[in-house]
Amino acid sequence: MTGFTLHGTELRGRQKGALVDVELKRKVAAGVDKFANRKSDVLKLIGLSTTHGDAFEGDADDLRAAARAMRHRTIARLPRILERLADNLLANGINVHWANDAAEANAAIVAIAERIGAKRVVKGKSMATEETGLNEALAAVGAEVVETDLGEWIIQLDTDVPSHIIAPALHLDRYDIKRIFDQHAGAGDIEATPEILNAFARKELRGRFLAADLGISGCNLAIAETGSILLVENEGNGRMCTTLPRVHVAVMGMERIVESWDDANLVLNLLARSATGQPLSSYTNIVSRPRGTEDADGPEEVHVVILDNGRSDLLGTEFSEMLNCIRCGACLNVCPVYRQTGGHAYGWVYSGPMGAVLTPLLAGKENPEAAEVANASTLCGACMEACPVGIPLQDLLLAARRRRVHDSASTTEKAGWKAWSAAWSHQRTYEISMKGAAFGSGLLGSKVGALPGARSWADGRTVPEPSKTSFRSLWRSGDC
Amino acid sequence: MVDMFQPQTGVAAVKVLRAAGCEVSCPMGQTCCGQPAWNSGFAAEAAKVAKNTLEALDADGADAVVVPAGSCATMIKVFWPEMFELAGDHASAERARVLGKRTFEFSSFIDERRRSGHLAGFGALEDTTVAYHHSCHMLRELHIEDQPTALLEATGCRIAVWPDDRRCCGFGGLFSVKLPETSVAMADEKLRSIAHDVDLLVGSDGSCLMHLRGRIEHEGRNLRTRHLAELLAESLAARSGSSAGSGSSARSGSSAASSGASPVDPAP
Repeated sequence: MTGFTLHGTELRGRQKGALVDVELKRKVAAGVDKFANRKSDVLKLIGLSTTHGDAFEGDADDLRAAARAMRHRTIARLPRILERLADNLLANGINVHWANDAAEANAAIVAIAERIGAKRVVKGKSMATEETGLNEALAAVGAEVVETDLGEWIIQLDTDVPSHIIAPALHLDRYDIKRIFDQHAGAGDIEATPEILNAFARKELRGRFLAADLGISGCNLAIAETGSILLVENEGNGRMCTTLPRVHVAVMGMERIVESWDDANLVLNLLARSATGQPLSSYTNIVSRPRGTEDADGPEEVHVVILDNGRSDLLGTEFSEMLNCIRCGACLNVCPVYRQTGGHAYGWVYSGPMGAVLTPLLAGKENPEAAEVANASTLCGACMEACPVGIPLQDLLLAARRRRVHDSASTTEKAGWKAWSAAWSHQRTYEISMKGAAFGSGLLGSKVGALPGARSWADGRTVPEPSKTSFRSLWRSGDC
Repeated sequence: MVDMFQPQTGVAAVKVLRAAGCEVSCPMGQTCCGQPAWNSGFAAEAAKVAKNTLEALDADGADAVVVPAGSCATMIKVFWPEMFELAGDHASAERARVLGKRTFEFSSFIDERRRSGHLAGFGALEDTTVAYHHSCHMLRELHIEDQPTALLEATGCRIAVWPDDRRCCGFGGLFSVKLPETSVAMADEKLRSIAHDVDLLVGSDGSCLMHLRGRIEHEGRNLRTRHLAELLAESLAARSGSSAGSGSSARSGSSAASSGASPVDPAP
């Protein structure tokens, strides 16, 4: 998986960079709160009660249990369901490309673009193509890709990267957007209102849709039983990408699949609610075949690229439940860490709790620096509570940390924990270590903050002083 | 942490347990539940330390193990079996499952004793306004939410409306030193919405309180922190007319000390 340009930075440094931007914090918190509040409103609206936070009760709990069971059942039979999908796509006249990794996916799409001589490409929102770095691959053969999801277009104009899987421009407000439209799209001094900004984007993008030779989309869900691709969106721009250009390519992560329309219905029931707090998204697009002779419009050619890129390695492992993810972003919206830093600080395409689990898995051992994003969590469990398909994200974060220790912990770190466990697995050595700590801090007095371990604590917090009398000694002396 | 930093939390917990009719023991063999290593991805090291504590608590044979720290109680009740299994110690995992069933987070145990009529006499804190911090593991793993506030209400104190009372404080164990800037920013957001008329920030996890207190003191804010056990002990002492003991201290404590408690008069 391609990361953002990390420039040799570490997670802490990237977080620090984000935290000093007070405006960023305000925008991110406003964005995630809007989604999370709408989510609880919509659950009330449709008669599903919520308790504190995002915990579901009653019917919502049943729905979540049903969705979790369905995702388990689907992922457990993934190879067979994918084969069924491929058979039915082919029967519908849709071409299927299996891509083991990002390079294969990009090569398949570049080959299509070159064969049809595509120079102008329009693309709907797709995290899978962010993962593969498709835009760069197409640019390298002279095909210009224009992002048409409004958020994606804004950040493309600004040479920026997505900060949220659902709302890529969550870190920007309307004044930022006005500036970007002025600087990079020649909007001039237009009013920074949603209506005016939208109208400008619509006008600019309309011409792009009409001129495009190739349309690329993601895939929220593929339905195996009918060989269909389902896309949800709110702007209608995604539908333009799949219907206006002569050729349409959909890129799907191999786990974005269900077996039946009943199962798809279950996901549709949860996706928009959990993502943006809508009962249903404004558009639900279903692509089942290329244009037929009786159709007035639609693409002549449709392709589906099925992307593995590390996913099949998760099957049968303790991480396989991550393949149940429906990419709603609910975990980002409730994460107290994401809320402080936004998505860029994670350093990779996927952010928030799901990104903290998925990134090290997809980045692989060849990118050991990806492993540290699993530390970007206090293990508070808000993500687990919010997940509409019940992924135990907290448990997976712990598993990701164990994997980091196994694959790439330094010998110093390992030795430190070994020494700690040797000392604290016996009463006598534990008590000696406690006395030592109390004595040491007594000697240092107010300089205790100068200790290497205490320094990062002491920067923003006073350092607690060990008590002169431990609880043990009070207990032994009968003072309690 | 109770042992080293917050002995008064342990002392208070013992007082309240005794008032609730329990005979209290404190097995000296216990050390730590292993959570710091477990959360850092070092399962074997965590299990090695935890096994020592498991054996000490098991050997004590008390009817109930009461833990005055939500995240340590969670470690024992929720994570120990998995941790021991991962470390290849199936026998300890089995013992942990059994022990987990008779392990209780302090506030949930005390509130049960109160509801079953074994503990009366709270009160006398009518002039105190508190903000209660719902710590994450208690809320989302143990689902203990109403008991601490029910106990606070029994003391007569006023519980302030705090919009961020369920938001993570940003401690997160070693998170607080690995990513300290974010940890502090989380504390700031948490603390910002505490009304200025609040006298005490109360919680059931000493480590959250240590982190929040560190931030409060660093910022020079006039707000004290207190473990729930200490407040309850003060309430009992004030009601019975004796001194409030260590209650005047503003310091708070944390985890790692578990007390064995045997109800002298077990609830039906």
